Amino acid sequence: MQMNNYKPLIVAFCCNWCSYAGADLAGNNRLSYPADVKIIRVPCSCRVNPMFVLRAFQRGADGVIICGCHPGDCHYTSGNYYTRRRMALLFSMLDYLGIEKERTRVEWVSAAEGAKFAATMNDFAETVAKLGENKRLEDLRCKR
Amino acid sequence: MQALTRKQLIDKAVSLLDSNTVSAVLGWKRGEFDYDITPAVFTSADELNREFIWNDFCGANFSKYLVSKTDRLEGKLLVFLKPCDTYSFNQLLTEHRFDREKVYAVGIPCNGMADIDKIKKITGDGISKITDNGDNLIVETLYGDAPVEIDKADVLAERCINCKSKKHVAYDELLGEDGEVISSNRFDEVEKLEKMTPDERYAFWQNELSRCIRCNACRDVCPACTCEKCVFNNPASGAESKAPSSSFEEKMFHIIRAFHVAGRCTDCGECSRVCPQNIPLHLLNRKFIKDINCFYGEYQAGAEVGSRAPLVDYTTDDIEPCDVFNGRDTDA
Amino acid sequence: MQRIGVFVCWCGSNIAGTVDVKAVAEALGKEPGVAFSTDYQYMCSQAGQDMIKAAIHEHKLTGIVVCSCSPRMHEATFRKTAAAAGLNPYMVEIANIREQCSWVHKDIPTGTEKAIILGRAAIAKVSLNTPLTPGETPVTKRALVIGGGIAGIQTALDIADAGFPVDIVETKPTIGGKMAQLDKTFPTLDCAACILTPKMVEVAQHENIRIFSYSEVESIKGFVGNFDVTIKKKARYVREDLCTGCGACVEKCPMKKVPNEFNLGMDNRPAVYIPFAQAVPKVATIDPTACNMLKNGKCGICSKVCTAGAIDYTQKDEFIEERYGAIVAATGFNPISMDKFDEFAYSQSKDVITSLEFERLTNAAGPTAGKLLRPSDGRHPQTIVFVQCVGSRCAACAEKGKEYCSKICCMYTAKHAMLTRDKYPDTEVYVFYIDVRTPGKNFDEFYRRAVEEYGVNYIKGMVGKVTPEGDKLKVQASDLIANKQLHIDADLVVLAAAIEPDKSARPLATMLTASMDTNDFFTEAHPKLRPVESPTAGVFLSGTCQGPKDIPETVSQAGAAASKVVGLLAKDKLTGNPCVAHSDELMCNGCSSCERVCPYGAITYEDKEFRQPDRTTKIRRVASVNPAVCQGCGACTVACPSGAMDLKGFASMQIMAEVDAICK
Repeated sequence: MQMNNYKPLIVAFCCNWCSYAGADLAGNNRLSYPADVKIIRVPCSCRVNPMFVLRAFQRGADGVIICGCHPGDCHYTSGNYYTRRRMALLFSMLDYLGIEKERTRVEWVSAAEGAKFAATMNDFAETVAKLGENKRLEDLRCKR
Repeated sequence: MQALTRKQLIDKAVSLLDSNTVSAVLGWKRGEFDYDITPAVFTSADELNREFIWNDFCGANFSKYLVSKTDRLEGKLLVFLKPCDTYSFNQLLTEHRFDREKVYAVGIPCNGMADIDKIKKITGDGISKITDNGDNLIVETLYGDAPVEIDKADVLAERCINCKSKKHVAYDELLGEDGEVISSNRFDEVEKLEKMTPDERYAFWQNELSRCIRCNACRDVCPACTCEKCVFNNPASGAESKAPSSSFEEKMFHIIRAFHVAGRCTDCGECSRVCPQNIPLHLLNRKFIKDINCFYGEYQAGAEVGSRAPLVDYTTDDIEPCDVFNGRDTDA
Repeated sequence: MQRIGVFVCWCGSNIAGTVDVKAVAEALGKEPGVAFSTDYQYMCSQAGQDMIKAAIHEHKLTGIVVCSCSPRMHEATFRKTAAAAGLNPYMVEIANIREQCSWVHKDIPTGTEKAIILGRAAIAKVSLNTPLTPGETPVTKRALVIGGGIAGIQTALDIADAGFPVDIVETKPTIGGKMAQLDKTFPTLDCAACILTPKMVEVAQHENIRIFSYSEVESIKGFVGNFDVTIKKKARYVREDLCTGCGACVEKCPMKKVPNEFNLGMDNRPAVYIPFAQAVPKVATIDPTACNMLKNGKCGICSKVCTAGAIDYTQKDEFIEERYGAIVAATGFNPISMDKFDEFAYSQSKDVITSLEFERLTNAAGPTAGKLLRPSDGRHPQTIVFVQCVGSRCAACAEKGKEYCSKICCMYTAKHAMLTRDKYPDTEVYVFYIDVRTPGKNFDEFYRRAVEEYGVNYIKGMVGKVTPEGDKLKVQASDLIANKQLHIDADLVVLAAAIEPDKSARPLATMLTASMDTNDFFTEAHPKLRPVESPTAGVFLSGTCQGPKDIPETVSQAGAAASKVVGLLAKDKLTGNPCVAHSDELMCNGCSSCERVCPYGAITYEDKEFRQPDRTTKIRRVASVNPAVCQGCGACTVACPSGAMDLKGFASMQIMAEVDAICK
């Protein structure tokens, strides 16, 4: 339990075909996850530019998660393979700069995995909450 | 001591100009100071004899200049390429950034370049004259102290100590002897950082990157940064900024820059050479290179023309982003 | 400045139960750019839609945000609503406050707060939306089928029957493919020729079908609806329009020592030949590597005996250019080479043969006129050993064979074994197998008959070694069930060689920018839902070029591919998805990064002239996206270092505006 009612802000980029549908399914099945998770719909996880991830942290996000179709199931055949490389390198670089590696995550969630979506978000929100506020990639000008 | 003399290079340039093989020469000339050598285009034997320089301060990688200098030139441009420059040369060709037909590339061997900052650490500021004396440099200062004789080996640039290759991977003609690809220790520094705790790493980079004044020298010199318009100058990119007004922007600029050149960076080390704040920017690029080698197999950008950069490629069983830390955590 | 309308849906109590919709509408009404904000019980109802239309007119809205259920549910609905009110349908954004808010959060303050934030994000995005119009491209109503086996034949017939012209390109002198070489077909045992040749004739006589036999696809340009294809018609030195197929040249040709590829080299053919009696087109072809007249100008007998005057030694390769709306790949398969399987003595003994060779040996039109005789001495074999999975399911030795199951071998081996026992009951037949896989209609019954009625000895285990000794083949094998070593003196060993895609498939895939798997089988657009389409729009897959298949499966896939082609050609115009990538030429470096990540080959480069600030011009290489081919994944936008590439409908600035709105 956090002392001061701290709630992490989490930005989730979800691909339209699998993970966004997985999030919808979580809703259909009334599987709850923290309201701190806000979803942004992208056509494919490969649309997520590292710039977007940094932007989210700059504007006050405490965690960023990217969800896409399972490797091999991409609607566009290969998009998530590029995501996998880009984010592996980006996350490794963020860690290299001393930024907590738990703040970023890539998860493959299919349209059938509503339960996995909810579980992933619960787990991620909890992990980020334990880390507390994002200080290492914050932009003081953007503080609320 | 460089293997070739200034005269040998001038003779080659003059003969190529005389035979009309080339119409201009991309070479080095003296800038403000003896150690401040700057790229220049020469068009006559006279100019060459007067101003052309070849010494231990000719570190500039000419590859990038081919993008802008060959564009309007009638005829071919002669360019002298050190082994490390040839990798950038190939990478730019892979990306169709200049017309190979407009270039006459002469490969020249390199025994490593001197780092002026290392010299200044020995002599202090106010260097007025540097004379080449074989294996040594004789450095005189404004303050009238006795000239200091410095062993070149002691002031070799970091990128040259960790030279990755003495082999030319591209040229039309080679002067002198070609060397071999070297297995250097260039990733040692990166490994040292990786072994630190996140807090220590954060403190390290906070200290380094907070010195950034966003002069853009690293970007402007980088042979992988040849965009018509850089995202940092483009209001529509959402990344535009002129000065680092927060510690976030310092980090963002360097993360995005390193990411944009990831898989394309040949590790020529120009970014660190030109940084007026002495930020070890090559450690960012080398981190990506090391990760790419480790995750996706050895890859040297520019080793061959037309190779597929790791970030525009994939295999179906690539490492998962969550697994990139696994090996390292057990090491630490 | 945009004038945005916000419409908050209650969805009965689905949303209103945990979200204070009035508070949401009120809060969002205060956002900059919002000109109108309201809530309603069911936005998707006719009354709700009418309300939106009225508001668009009344408040001169330039964009709308609907806070409702998932866009996967009603985005299309509200786009139509907007279009009906004269607003560009792409000026609509949905804030998903049901599936991703009211249904997952339990209390009203939380739900309301989140709904407001999601609404803000949608407003931020729609503020940056631009009206989009789907591109239209005309469709050339002609299809190309590459490969003239049973897959290509069936696809071509089905397309032609639907009324569209079809061209078949076949590299061999005749269509028919592998099926023409088969004897009987499982599980019904009807003869392959009896069911295939009428189809071949139908193709030849169909008014909508042209056959380019002895031809290859030289180049393919263009995209869905309009592929420009160059077909190379190789010189056959016989004029197709004159040749009657009488066979006089074939009979008189003195050069009769050319291995006959149709019989897999088990007998010879002349230099001028017709592959088999029912070939289509039934036209002779001169093999330039064997013909003395073509090699050294000495002979010319065929031209003397040809009463039709069809022989033309001066014929040259001909190039035909044609435009097609759709292309079907039906390049088929080949058995893999047995060179790497020395343990079975394939290269040492003529009596070790592949199953396809066995087909020819038992075929009435084959080299032995259908009598099962040993290739080495023409004697009738008394003991035959069939070896299954030679090179299939070979995960451990990938450099030798294939990892996958070739799928057809179990059944044709059962067929071979059964037919042998049926015709020659004195023959002892052994089949060595890893598993017997018979998932198909009447397949397992067929296999059971081979074992139970025909007394074929099925032995679970692999053959370790075949050694020719005298006129016998010593077969050393293990019986895994009895757990013992077996030594069989066989007269004939038949290897069920794995099948692999034809070698022409890889260069074809490159021309089509169609993707392939590591085994060189074409990849389908979706393994379950789009199994006959390639990810490249306008390219379809028929038969074994997509994966191992038997004849019934091939025919059904061929029909499915044809119906997809017909569906495409039936359209006069193709309407694209307007949410496609586009490149800002002023910023593009021409570096090719985007082209390399594009899964659809939608990006090409051109050298374009640009005016410089100093009034000079400069030619630069820049990317251009073909909106008819782009599917809008956005992979290129991140690969592009300069940020020249962006995605309409999901522009970088839009996504960042959403990020900002959420994080505010």
